[in-house]
Amino acid sequence: MSTVTISGVGKIYPGHGSGDEPVQALDTVSFEVADRQFCSILGHSGCGKTTLLMMLAGFEQPTSGTILVDGQPVGEPAWQRTVVFQDYALFPWMSVEDNIAFGPAMKKVPEAARREIVRRNVELVGLKGFERRYPHQLSGGMKQRVSIARALAVDPAVLLMDEPFAALDAQNRSRMQEEMGRILASDDPLVRKTMVLVTHSIEEAILLSDHVVVLTRRPGRVKAQIRVDLPRPRNEGDPAFVALRERIRALIHDEFEIET
Amino acid sequence: MYAAVLARVSNLGLLAAVVAAWWGGSTYLLDQSTRALLPPPQDIVAAAWELARSGDLWRHFRDSIRREFVAFAWATSAIPLGIAMGWWKSVEDQVDPLVEVLRPIPPLAWIPLSILWFGVGDTQNQFIIFLGCFFPILVNTISGVKGVEPNLVRAARCLGAGEARILWHVVLRAALPQIITGVRVGLGVGWMALVAAELVGANTGLGFLINDARTVLRTDQVIVGMATIGLVGLGIDRAIRGAVARLMPWSGAMRR
Repeated sequence: MSTVTISGVGKIYPGHGSGDEPVQALDTVSFEVADRQFCSILGHSGCGKTTLLMMLAGFEQPTSGTILVDGQPVGEPAWQRTVVFQDYALFPWMSVEDNIAFGPAMKKVPEAARREIVRRNVELVGLKGFERRYPHQLSGGMKQRVSIARALAVDPAVLLMDEPFAALDAQNRSRMQEEMGRILASDDPLVRKTMVLVTHSIEEAILLSDHVVVLTRRPGRVKAQIRVDLPRPRNEGDPAFVALRERIRALIHDEFEIET
Repeated sequence: MYAAVLARVSNLGLLAAVVAAWWGGSTYLLDQSTRALLPPPQDIVAAAWELARSGDLWRHFRDSIRREFVAFAWATSAIPLGIAMGWWKSVEDQVDPLVEVLRPIPPLAWIPLSILWFGVGDTQNQFIIFLGCFFPILVNTISGVKGVEPNLVRAARCLGAGEARILWHVVLRAALPQIITGVRVGLGVGWMALVAAELVGANTGLGFLINDARTVLRTDQVIVGMATIGLVGLGIDRAIRGAVARLMPWSGAMRR
């Protein structure tokens, strides 16, 4: 069981110079992500959605409010909450298998068990045969697969993803979204995690999520929460998909007009 | 393959012309007394052969290279210091003023003081080489550590690595290409400093060899010593570059 509870979270960055106004990135954000649910945080760039994810991971602390995972406040970063970064953040001096084994090694998982974890995760993300490659020998899509496998290899309670497909070209992006959907359909407890995805793509949010949180522009507030009950695998051409997309687009567009 | 060899050979055209002009000038333009100041190339080759056969060249080379690497071994202390300075701001705040005072003093300016401190010989030479090596390694290590992608450190933290393991497994590795750059520059500066230190403060070594040959007007031996110094410097640099390409194939990809 891993429920994420965000209540009244605000984040204010102090101004740098004198006369430099403090910036309020987030304002009283509250929502909950149920156990093993996939939640997308959707918003314009600069709405504080990445800040929120970094606070979930423990890299930054909220100025006000609380973030709880299973009732416990989030403290320092820990393997219970791993992050998939937009720029992959793979260790360039390690092969694919060493990157994936890094977390288990830090957890002092014995060698044999570690090898088994690597094997399973390599298979999960479809990188069989590439175990000995180095990151600079892989395409962007493959690097992101390694990054997802590495994050899952420590068996975290919550998987956090910061625009994981934004740096990929359109073709690779839709393939990765499809694969992510396939991974999500699995009932394997090592794969089914509570997941939080930050994105600015409405389609990506609907394709993958059980639950979409739309944030307003700076300072980020919860504009709307939408349940996505469409059957999986989802199809962008499906009329229900299109209807939902238009609804969310209207919400975001509305937000845009208020701002300008 | 054939074309590549041809291209390499044709690149040596100007060098061959310069050697030919040297030979011609020395043989036909200079008279008996001035020729002693610039002997023709074949005399240099003969002197090199003589020095190599007597074992003198080897002895001086060995002493020089030993000083260089002993001093370098001490100078690698700049790597942990640089990592500490790049990682903890409090360490940098304390150490940086000291470094900023010492760094602009050229290693050669330390020679008189170091002779008074250590006398003539290995310790004094190594001290000067150490100064030449230390600061390039330190400066490059600090900037390498500061340039580590923040997300690499974040990824390691959320995968469960503590600070000590982050420093060892992530920061050191990520900064390694630039640390190696510092080592290359440091060994180069150290090698230059070594020759200067040996000119005035040694009884052996390649720097001593060329100064000693000067006092007896053995210009041919001076030039052999100079050529050896140049070739060894080049060899050290090539060896490091080769090792980097072999041991860190990812480093080129990292610099992007």
